[in-house]
Amino acid sequence: MEWFNSHLLTALTFLPLVWALFGTFLPVKAAKHWAFAGSLLVFLVSLKLYFEYDPSGAEFQFIENTEWIPGLGVNYSVGMDGISLWLLLLTTFLSPLVILASYNGVEEREKEFYTLLLALQTGMMGAFVATDVFLFYVFWEAMLIPMYFLIGIWGGKDRVYAAMKFFLFTMVGSLLMLVAIFFLAYQHKLQFGSFSTALLDLYKVKLDGAGYFSTQGILFLAFALAFAIKVPLFPLHTWLPDAHVQAPTAGSVILAGVLLKMGGYGFIRFAFPLFPQAVATYQHAFLILGSIAIVYGAWVAMVQPDMKKLVAYSSVSHMGYVVVGLFSLNAIGATGSIYQMLNHGISTPALFLLVGMLYERRHTKEIKEYGGITKVMPLFAIAFMIATLSSVALPGTNGFVGEFLILLGVWKANPALAVVATTGVVFGAVYMLWMFQRVMFGPITKEENKNLKDLSPREMVVLAPLMIAIVVMGIVPNFFFEKMEKSVAKLLERTAKVEMVAAAGPRKDGK
Amino acid sequence: MLKWIPLLPLIGFVINGFWYALFQSRPGAKKAGATIPGVIATGAIFGSFLISLRVFFYLKGQAEDARIVEETFFSWMKIGEFSLDMAVRIDSLSTLFTLVITGVGTLIHLYSIGYMSHDATPGKFFAYLNLFCFAMLMLVMGSSLPILFLGWEGVGLCSYLLIGYWYEDIDKAAAGKKAFIANRIGDFGFILGMFLIYTHFGTLEFSKITELLGKGEFTALLNPAAVTATCLLLFLGCTGKSAQIPLYVWLPDAMAGPTPVSALIHAATMVTSGIYLLARLNLLFSLSHTAMAVIAVVGAATAFVAATIAIAQNDIKKVLAYSTVSQLGYMFLACGVGAYGAGVFHVITHAFFKALMFLGAGSVIHGMHEEQDIQKMGGLRWKMPVTFVTFLVGWIAICGIPPFSGFFSKDEILWNVFANPHGNKLLWIVGLLTAMMTAFYMTRMFYLTFMGAPRFNEAKLGANGHGDDHGHGHAPKGVHESPALMTIPLVVLAILSIVGGFIGIPHMSWLEHWLSPVIPAHDPTAFTAGNTVEYALMAVSTLAALGAILFALKTYSNLKVAAARKQKHSRLHETLENKWYVDEAYEAAFIQPIYELSVKLWKGFDVGVIDRVVVGFGRVSQWTGQAARTLQTGSIQVYAIVLLFGLVLTLSYLIKGFI
Repeated sequence: MEWFNSHLLTALTFLPLVWALFGTFLPVKAAKHWAFAGSLLVFLVSLKLYFEYDPSGAEFQFIENTEWIPGLGVNYSVGMDGISLWLLLLTTFLSPLVILASYNGVEEREKEFYTLLLALQTGMMGAFVATDVFLFYVFWEAMLIPMYFLIGIWGGKDRVYAAMKFFLFTMVGSLLMLVAIFFLAYQHKLQFGSFSTALLDLYKVKLDGAGYFSTQGILFLAFALAFAIKVPLFPLHTWLPDAHVQAPTAGSVILAGVLLKMGGYGFIRFAFPLFPQAVATYQHAFLILGSIAIVYGAWVAMVQPDMKKLVAYSSVSHMGYVVVGLFSLNAIGATGSIYQMLNHGISTPALFLLVGMLYERRHTKEIKEYGGITKVMPLFAIAFMIATLSSVALPGTNGFVGEFLILLGVWKANPALAVVATTGVVFGAVYMLWMFQRVMFGPITKEENKNLKDLSPREMVVLAPLMIAIVVMGIVPNFFFEKMEKSVAKLLERTAKVEMVAAAGPRKDGK
Repeated sequence: MLKWIPLLPLIGFVINGFWYALFQSRPGAKKAGATIPGVIATGAIFGSFLISLRVFFYLKGQAEDARIVEETFFSWMKIGEFSLDMAVRIDSLSTLFTLVITGVGTLIHLYSIGYMSHDATPGKFFAYLNLFCFAMLMLVMGSSLPILFLGWEGVGLCSYLLIGYWYEDIDKAAAGKKAFIANRIGDFGFILGMFLIYTHFGTLEFSKITELLGKGEFTALLNPAAVTATCLLLFLGCTGKSAQIPLYVWLPDAMAGPTPVSALIHAATMVTSGIYLLARLNLLFSLSHTAMAVIAVVGAATAFVAATIAIAQNDIKKVLAYSTVSQLGYMFLACGVGAYGAGVFHVITHAFFKALMFLGAGSVIHGMHEEQDIQKMGGLRWKMPVTFVTFLVGWIAICGIPPFSGFFSKDEILWNVFANPHGNKLLWIVGLLTAMMTAFYMTRMFYLTFMGAPRFNEAKLGANGHGDDHGHGHAPKGVHESPALMTIPLVVLAILSIVGGFIGIPHMSWLEHWLSPVIPAHDPTAFTAGNTVEYALMAVSTLAALGAILFALKTYSNLKVAAARKQKHSRLHETLENKWYVDEAYEAAFIQPIYELSVKLWKGFDVGVIDRVVVGFGRVSQWTGQAARTLQTGSIQVYAIVLLFGLVLTLSYLIKGFI
């Protein structure tokens, strides 16, 4: 118990994986219950993090540090600040819901399915707690494998194509990041006499940062490419719609809910403080790409005939907000972005789950196959409406808080682009409400739809926490801001300050 | 205390929401009755009304400059120096709005119990209605722009939900969506306007903004271009919510909603939010003459154009809808010439007589078994006496005949447009012409509905009604007067429509005095004309209205003459009937091009360019095929090989490059 308390993050991170390994000894029938119990346990234990995290400090807490590859200066070191806290909790919160939602949909190779889901959870949590850049990379890559198989084995008709596309895009981006990590470790050796991949050590490395293709600039691009693909940022987004359409519901939920957040998290945790001058150099380029993503994603979402593809493109648009918010480089925009990541991690999973529930009933995701569903599924309609409103950022839902802060932050950084980004408010309403209208309203035109069953109790249990979260996060955002305010401020301060210090010589404050 | 005004309807919403989900949502649930949800909802809003009254009298007891109460729920967002409270506040301006919203709201809730008695899901209806009241109250009570915006978008949501309430009719659902999106276009401006205010004032709270605006040394330093931009952006928000040119097109379609909704949301309360916003920030708007001129011209143009369209509409609710757009234009015209008080005055009287007319129309539609075409009505005065008499009151009031309420507020506006320092004679002429047209089309509607001989076959009525949505299983056959639950609100509103104008009698206006802490009263000496002219103009506008009424009566008392006249101007009539083809123009100019461009971007750019670049690395696609086969065998080696390959590459690069 004492070990557990002093190694809380490690214990939590690996609990799903270990739990899954034990599960392989159980009969197939028990697989889903075992997985659900495990993920629920992880969620409950992770709440401990919320209560024990001290928001008055900005630095990593729950720190653990063990030597791993001494020759390269790689340590197994984990820690958590106010930003990772919420992303971790998002991960542990979504996992049981996803598993419960898969109870009926997954009928083949169940044991493998749930084992992979739990392994994936370990990978995601690890990436959020890693404070060693190489360790982060390992978790980052480790997440790929289970996801690849989830899409490739339990996906739809073109699952292999989609899985490969997902794999290729992500792989290409992350290899360059790996090179950049080694380069950084080497620079540390040149400047301080030893290899190191510890994030806090690398902050101290002095790099030439003048111009687009300075050392900082190139290293930043190597990191940024990996993160931009993951977000995904226009024009690197085309793997996402395919991956979503082919992935099973659980895959889509995890992909949209957590994996995409890795990109945004990577930017603020690694790319920003490591390469502050480059960030300032490329700020407006990313603001432009993000603004394009917002509008482009919304427009293309509007014309999609497939519900999942529509939601996938809506993710491109929503994650565009995250990017512009982060690159506003001020506290309002960055806080809004992190909040928007959490929001998107609630509302988009809700939408994918809802689409999945329709799919389980009718085995199609084509919008034109539906119409008038409200009549036969009124409770489903309520949940769908709430998720839709969150997606269109109606005040009172979580979406508004994020978008409002992001746009205000961008306004301070670049008013012209804020105007472009704000048009997303209009187009976002267009594609969501139009889909809602075509699926839920009007007369029931298809015979098959006349006897669809409304939500089952299990489905209600899956959806209810998300619906509650949508409203709660819209009304009391301060509850979330309180824990992360200091951490965000600290990271931004680093991003801004290192710039000046770097010009004057190596940093002396040691952080 | 204050917080219970919006909270009571919110609680009502929650209760009725669960009521609906538990008892009325199941497909095939028996018609569950409107009584219990209706009583809950009406009770909630009536409670708010009582508290609003108490607050009003409390304010009345205070010294003039101390007439503000504020209450904070909790801190909403706080990031560094940026801090926003979830707080409500009532001052002499918002107390009037809360009284109208909760007062007229209570009457309309009451009426709805009767109107929705045969509906399948009244729990849902009343939940929405209460949610609307909550949002509307937050709108007028919000202590800062974002809280106002919370209500602003909230009422938009409820409007969307209620317009599309009978969602099985796809046209109605589409009308709801159209309303939401038109409003969102306006909100785009609102959001940017908020940001500009935050940039220049450093706060979004009304109390602080007003305080800064009161300081000459602060306003002198403001960038005039930024002020104009702020005002115009906020006004764009108003054109959406309050249905002005260019975004007014949603309001006539919004008539697809149940008629009590049209009365409450699309006549009495929500659509006047724009005027509230202008009045709330009147000190800001008054700083920009350009913005004021734009508002005045847009208001006058909207008033005029909507009135022309109303002349040629045959759906009783459509006539009222265009009339509402037109009257809202009047209110903006008032604000545009700096007469915010007159605008607010017209909001109040309009709320009375337009809600009355909508509810009267609802009563007619109810009694006529869902018939809405005034060409197929006639002679209803004997069949529906209470509706007839109360509607008569509404008609006289909107035509502007003294001493009914509409006369006073309309005249106040026209007088200000004519004579106050920001006024303009040309706009006055437009206003007067609009007043004449209003009298004309209202008389037309009134006459065709209630007077003359019946033009319908009583036995056949209701055969093709919207049976499922609004069945009349228990209703008596034939045309009938509505039940007391519906006629009592009519009577109350009729009385208010008669006496409501007395709060703003020229030269002894209680209203102007009451609003003076928020809206500085005009200096009477600054007016460009004196009392004699004022009384002469009053006579002119009254006579003009009477003339228009007589002309309409003469025209429509002989339908053959009317038809011949229509024939003679068929081209014009057709254009008006088709609303100047504005919807069609928008479709061709914006909606269609964006849609087509989006398809091109998706198929051309996403699939055609990006995917081809990435996947089209020729060999990669081949390799994909092979990997596909290995994947089937569940092999993890592929991944391992790729990773190893990458590592070797990287390490060799590192070693060669740096060591």
